[in-house]
Amino acid sequence: MSTEALRIVWIYPDLLSTYGDRGNLLILARRAALRGIPVETYSVRSDQPMPASADIYLIGGGEDGPQALAAQRLINDGGVHRAVNQGAAVLAICAGYQLFGHSFFAKGAKCPGLGLLDLHSDRGETRAVGELRGDVDPRLGLPPLSGFENHGGRTHLGPNAFPLARVTAGIGNDGQTEGAWAGKILGTYSHGPALARNPAIADLLLRWATGADSLAPVDDTWAERLRAERLAAAGA
Amino acid sequence: MPLRAKVATSVSKTAAALSRAAGRGDGSVIGGWIGLKIDPELLSHLATGRAIALVSGTNGKTTTTRLAAAALGVLGPVATNSFGANMPTGHTSALAKAGQTPFAVLEVDEHYLPRVIDETKPRVVALLNLSRDQLDRAKEVAMMAQLWRTALAGHPDVNVVANADDPMVVWAAYGSQKVTWFSAGQRWQDDSWVCPESGDPIERENGDWWCTGCPLRRPIPQWRVEDEGVIDPRGDWHLVKLQLPGTVNLGNAATALAVAAEFGVRPIEALPRLSTVTSIAGRYAQVDRDGRNIRLLLAKNPASWLEAFDMAEQAPTLLSINARDPDGFDTSWLYDVDFAPLYGRPVLITGERAYDLAVRLEVNGIPFQHVRTFEEALATVPPGRLEVIANYTAFQDIRAELDRVN
Repeated sequence: MSTEALRIVWIYPDLLSTYGDRGNLLILARRAALRGIPVETYSVRSDQPMPASADIYLIGGGEDGPQALAAQRLINDGGVHRAVNQGAAVLAICAGYQLFGHSFFAKGAKCPGLGLLDLHSDRGETRAVGELRGDVDPRLGLPPLSGFENHGGRTHLGPNAFPLARVTAGIGNDGQTEGAWAGKILGTYSHGPALARNPAIADLLLRWATGADSLAPVDDTWAERLRAERLAAAGA
Repeated sequence: MPLRAKVATSVSKTAAALSRAAGRGDGSVIGGWIGLKIDPELLSHLATGRAIALVSGTNGKTTTTRLAAAALGVLGPVATNSFGANMPTGHTSALAKAGQTPFAVLEVDEHYLPRVIDETKPRVVALLNLSRDQLDRAKEVAMMAQLWRTALAGHPDVNVVANADDPMVVWAAYGSQKVTWFSAGQRWQDDSWVCPESGDPIERENGDWWCTGCPLRRPIPQWRVEDEGVIDPRGDWHLVKLQLPGTVNLGNAATALAVAAEFGVRPIEALPRLSTVTSIAGRYAQVDRDGRNIRLLLAKNPASWLEAFDMAEQAPTLLSINARDPDGFDTSWLYDVDFAPLYGRPVLITGERAYDLAVRLEVNGIPFQHVRTFEEALATVPPGRLEVIANYTAFQDIRAELDRVN
């Protein structure tokens, strides 16, 4: 394993951090540290240049105005595009997930996204609010997804993005599929601290970023209790 | 009052009394619900002839309402919904129960403020703060500010008393031409980094704030907290002696004084009454049981958790979390709270969503012990102070264990 520190960037917490998104940064850093992987975390504000050399990028949820502003600044900055081209891993949540696609709707207007995931988002007739559960794409080798969703968008995947999961409770992208992944980019409507209920996704990001085939197990007693409780609560 | 309203008022009071007698709660919701069924305009009828202040915001509205009602008591009897039943049913019950009073101070849920302004025609509306709270159900912060701004623009006669430290509140208050500003601080700033007017970033420095892209900036407050007291619009400093803990309650007192001043009450008259307020619907209440001195602190969202940590002593601390309808079903906010101030205190956790809390504390590096019941928590801690910090329904559950302490 490389002795160089794993660098994790949290993109624009000043704009996109409505739902406890900081949790994902904290959880990734902790799970890396438990494996003896040195970590450096960076919270990059929207008035700062986006570094292109980090290993993992996190982007969270937010309201329409900040979402549109964040997309505009990220397009102008170009740092995230360069990072993805260099093989960085990404976890994109909710509004952040939408803006990784080709386009999304904010405040009634169609806005250009980063185009790093082959998908576009529009508005659903109803807001999707509640427990979300899905069976994850078997190629990722993960246990069922558990989350809480709260969004008005519907997301439509193109041929170059794969659904993260088949929905078994909740709405996700469209009631059928939830989230998307392609390369090392993973997007989900499971909002806020999604990794709290899905430590296996945290470990997947760490494996993508380090190139490790497997990671030493950690004590997930509490996370497993939480998962069991929430998966049962979601029904299906 | 029309006959229909009289009948509705009478039935409403009876229902509330029955509910209390049956041990089904404070009766402050059911009575109003029945009254409004009989006469949908009952709240308007009951409001007529009273000088009314409404208090709204994400945090501090129950306490500020209680303090403002105490201050207005200088002038005469004041109707108030002091049990925190802050929707129109609760307002209807409170006014019906109080009978004919010249004054009323009503705590209003943020979402209902436009409707309650329409129906009660208040003299004063106090706007405390806006931050994330139960976002799976609540309107997002910017939408709430817009809702308030529009409502105030439609009622130019209302005197607005608003928090100069919260950019969202300031922008909402500018829907009105008649605003008195107070400074009650803004401990939680993460919901107002983007200007609601222009969408540009907001800068902050030494308590001041301004938009970097438009003229919106912090107005100069007429009322503000300094040291252990409050400075009034004339520049006079008044010592504020409260039985309520924490600097946040000094801010609430400043707000109450500003509201009372709109009715002609001077701080020097109001202050002795503020110091008589001890606990409010169980909040800050202290109960002695089995040698433990239990203190109850309500914390329902990130901003109020920070305030609760500030108030709590270095003592064993029980945290209890539920996620029922009144709490919001989403527990993501746990990651917006830094629990580090609890480090070094014995921490117990309980409640229906204790596992969410367990994972959160683990990430925060705070050792904890999970207990199934409040009784088990009591048995686990040594004699002495036990601080209890709980969110809304968890707080009510524990309050019920303590015989609905007020």
